[in-house]
Amino acid sequence: MADTPLPLEVRNLTKRFGDNEVLKGLSLQAHQGDVISMIGASGSGKSTFLRCMNLLEQPNEGELIVHGESVRFKETRHGREPADWQQVVRMRAKLSMVFQSFNLWAHMTLLENVIEAPIHVLKQPRKEAIEQGRALLDRVGLLERADYYPAQMSGGQQQRGAIARALAMDPEVMLFDEPTSALDPELVGDVLKVMRDLAKEGRTMIVVTHEMAFAKDVSSQVIYLHQGLVEEAGPPAEVLGNPSSERLKQFLAPKH
Amino acid sequence: MEQLFAWLSDALADNTVFNFNTLTFYGRGLVNTVQLVFLSLVIGLVLAVPLSIARGSKHKWIKLPIFFYTYVFRGTPLLVQLYMIYYGVVFIDGIQDTWLWYFLKEPFYPALAAFTLNTAAYTTEIFHGAIKATAKGEIEAARAYGMSHRLMMRRIIIPSAFRRALPAYGNEVIFMLHASAIASVVTIMDLTGAARFVYARYYAPFDAFLFVAAIYLCLTFAILYLFRYLEKRLLAHLRPVS
Repeated sequence: MADTPLPLEVRNLTKRFGDNEVLKGLSLQAHQGDVISMIGASGSGKSTFLRCMNLLEQPNEGELIVHGESVRFKETRHGREPADWQQVVRMRAKLSMVFQSFNLWAHMTLLENVIEAPIHVLKQPRKEAIEQGRALLDRVGLLERADYYPAQMSGGQQQRGAIARALAMDPEVMLFDEPTSALDPELVGDVLKVMRDLAKEGRTMIVVTHEMAFAKDVSSQVIYLHQGLVEEAGPPAEVLGNPSSERLKQFLAPKH
Repeated sequence: MEQLFAWLSDALADNTVFNFNTLTFYGRGLVNTVQLVFLSLVIGLVLAVPLSIARGSKHKWIKLPIFFYTYVFRGTPLLVQLYMIYYGVVFIDGIQDTWLWYFLKEPFYPALAAFTLNTAAYTTEIFHGAIKATAKGEIEAARAYGMSHRLMMRRIIIPSAFRRALPAYGNEVIFMLHASAIASVVTIMDLTGAARFVYARYYAPFDAFLFVAAIYLCLTFAILYLFRYLEKRLLAHLRPVS
């Protein structure tokens, strides 16, 4: 067991926007089957941290290891960049992301959205991809919406569709960037249910979220970020049940 | 209805303008106009696709010359461009000895060149705008799913941008049809050229030009219909479920 490489490991990652250092040396280890919830006030850097993990943002320092393979960087005039974009493409295919605003491709039907990357990035045969895509849509309860366009679906349906799209890559790790923040309250439940099921079947997930109930019930680890640093981390019972830092206590306190 | 027929036969009773001869003229004009517009649009479209992609390049030595080109061709009247090409190229040293002269001595090809360059400039800008307007989130999703820049262009950006550009491009096609009327000033016998001929021959401006206006209207209608059909097919994703 000790020999299997971790799905994702981040070491000492920093990120600056100009002079503003938003991530000040963050590390993270995701073991197979881990569900890691990242919480924190807005501006704490949690989304930026997540986006650094698949290099949608370029970290200034630090190491990124996906399934035992360390991403190589080089220094250029514009700062640090990945040395080998082929490697980045390969590594991104192993980490699929679910966005706050869904980001389904608007000119494709839901099924086309789901099979797009498997066919063109993973080179999966079309027939197989369609079969798998339909099975995944069935799983998230959207099979009858397969031929609808994103604009013809509710936010909750779009987000579940986006999760099916992420699953179609059979990723090592799924990254969720506030997946329920753009949804109407009554639609949040369906999306969270799908995510709970994924956690139950042992998917490795990293979730930026404001849903404390989800973080508490589902995660194996909770990380509380404050101003680009990990303020507290550990099992949810500890971090959420018995916070030691004053700030986290305040953050968790009912607002009204 | 009977009144209409009575009026029509009355009107045609002393018709001398529309005879076999003039109708043949109009017919040839129609063929010339359609050829000129169709060819310039097709070639212009083929040029505009790569130009619009390159127009959004990061490198200024790629994007600036293209911007300069579209700026010049959109910033000057088509008639002036046509004059420059038709009357100007003759004065290029030695052009008459090259194979190009075979084409350039006919008015058709300089007009085709002017129209093509003009529509390509407009179309480049239309497509460039549509590419720029691609939703940032969709691009981000494409990157996050491991697409290379090339693949993303081919599968996400271009298909979505060209769909968005369709209504604006339909307008450009109609503009081009109507702009082609100026081909008649360099002696091309297009639709307007035919109408001018008939007018001069019979001194019947209303007959000559109303008739040609009706033909332009029919052509415009056909273009509108084609684009309505295309939009229905290609922009299905923007329609609510019926």
